[in-house]
Amino acid sequence: MTGATESIKQPRATTGSWYEFATRHRASIVAAVILIFPLVMPFTALAVNILIYGLYAVGFNLVFGYLGLLSFGHAALFGTGAYLCGIAIVHFGCPWYAAIAAGIAGGLLMASLIGVLAIRTRGIYFAMVTMALSQCVYYLFYQAVDLTGGENGLRGINVRTIDLFGLRLDFINPMIRYYVIAAFVIAAFFVMSRILASPFGAVIEAVRENEMRARASGYDVTKTRLLTFVLSGGFCGLAGALQALHLSIVPIEILHYETSGLVVMIALLGGMGTFFGPMIGAAVFLILENVVSVWTVHWQLIVGAIFIACVLFFPAGIWGTLIARGRR
Amino acid sequence: MAGLSFDLIALQLFAGLALGAIYVLFAIGLSLIFGMLTVVNFAHGAFYMVGAYVGLYLISIGGNFWLCLLAVPLLIGLFGLAVERVLIRPLYGRGIDYPLLLTFGLSYVMVECVRIAFGKTGYPFDTPELLQGAVNIGVGYFPLYRLFVIGATAVVLLALWLFLEKTSFGLIIRAGARDPQIVRVLGVDVSRVWLIVFGIGTAIAGFAGLLAAPLQGVIPEMGGTILAEAFVVTVVGGMGSIGGAVLAGLLVGVVVSMTSLFAPEMAKVSIFALMAIVLIVRPQGFFGRAGLMS
Repeated sequence: MTGATESIKQPRATTGSWYEFATRHRASIVAAVILIFPLVMPFTALAVNILIYGLYAVGFNLVFGYLGLLSFGHAALFGTGAYLCGIAIVHFGCPWYAAIAAGIAGGLLMASLIGVLAIRTRGIYFAMVTMALSQCVYYLFYQAVDLTGGENGLRGINVRTIDLFGLRLDFINPMIRYYVIAAFVIAAFFVMSRILASPFGAVIEAVRENEMRARASGYDVTKTRLLTFVLSGGFCGLAGALQALHLSIVPIEILHYETSGLVVMIALLGGMGTFFGPMIGAAVFLILENVVSVWTVHWQLIVGAIFIACVLFFPAGIWGTLIARGRR
Repeated sequence: MAGLSFDLIALQLFAGLALGAIYVLFAIGLSLIFGMLTVVNFAHGAFYMVGAYVGLYLISIGGNFWLCLLAVPLLIGLFGLAVERVLIRPLYGRGIDYPLLLTFGLSYVMVECVRIAFGKTGYPFDTPELLQGAVNIGVGYFPLYRLFVIGATAVVLLALWLFLEKTSFGLIIRAGARDPQIVRVLGVDVSRVWLIVFGIGTAIAGFAGLLAAPLQGVIPEMGGTILAEAFVVTVVGGMGSIGGAVLAGLLVGVVVSMTSLFAPEMAKVSIFALMAIVLIVRPQGFFGRAGLMS
């Protein structure tokens, strides 16, 4: 899919010292912002949502922004993570850390299954196949009522305290809940930063920029794509698991294709293929949703309009546009 | 298996063909637009849904079903022309993902506008009086309306085939699908052709929505479900291939219908299994050109 990415060149560190600084310490900057965020943001529940959807978008961005494949099936990865985390707690009585591990494993597994099939197609097909397969996952979870609760969603994921080496944290307290979830999100950001800085990260971008040249250089393009998709599944699975713990219920809508569309929207709004973009996109999107929902129930209309406006006038997103300004 | 007679299976097969006919109409518009414009129209389901609602509205103000069969595709087609001209045209040459993302956003707007105008809950859609009841088709009684759906689809397909194969404008469309650059060099205004193709594709989507309305009622979300299923049809048939869309659409309809007879709980999932098999065995689909995949 060279067409899409050619038009939006991902800016690399060139001029602009603030940009270089931001790139070098990107994970630490995110960590600092996340730690300070609830102190300036009065609604902690919204802040937790921003963290979770930000992480979901970061995982998605690995495939969309860095690999250059548009996936419309990420709801399946996010949702499987949430369901597996929930099932581990509700049906098997697992402790919270095992449940999160189950969520990550679920995301990885689902990404492998979808990836093996979808990676056989390229370009525009990828969006269609991933969307169709995630719809299939939706039906499967919908029908497995005994495990997932079907239409009613999976209820009763009650985690009241987080036991950490003898330390008992009150997970009901919104502030503590925020920082527990933030710890996972920050860790994920450091891992993501490490992946992108590694030689493998360079191969991912090489495949996006020029598939033929990457192949001629001896890289296995198909394997790179699959591995990147699976890694993305791990991040989205973690985000899903945190969502399950946060909501203490997994609604079936989490697997709906609108959840896939949501993350595309967030990544596009923040700036695809940038490190900070997805998090910024999640913050702007969710805060806007909160504000707009106060005076109209037709939030979807606004979402669609923003989407259209972004594509037409604003394809680099908020952070992408800022970078372009900063480099000038 | 004791209660399953040959007649029952044959009837179920016909039911599958009627369901498949809707898939065929939907997928053909999608395929036509993609083959020509290389735009995956994610709002195709929304056009389909709006088609059903326009039909509902026209009947509620005193129109009849037969009038709707003409008026709905015309109105939806005109709307499609406007969408192409205003929203999609600025995106040509900017990468294949952008029209897709834009039409996805457009589908949100269309669905929400319908929710504002008609409410969130669905409506039943009466089968036209002339088409109520069932007829004996040799293996048993079959709903007349479903027979009509198969017939109407055949008529649309025939008209489309004649248009594409026998008219000079159809020739331009076929040439444009193969190599737009050469067609442009030959002095054809390709952007006008694209505009019309988008209009035709969306008109057929609206027509399909109207045909489907008496079968399943109308609800603002009706487009989303069929969109995912139509992607299965296009992947199985081969994107951009009209023949592939017809064959795969009917096949998907029959597969859904047969699995709901033998294993009802698997009916929704079966077509995705079909797609998975096709992706493994023949990733470009039945009639897909291998080059189109990249």
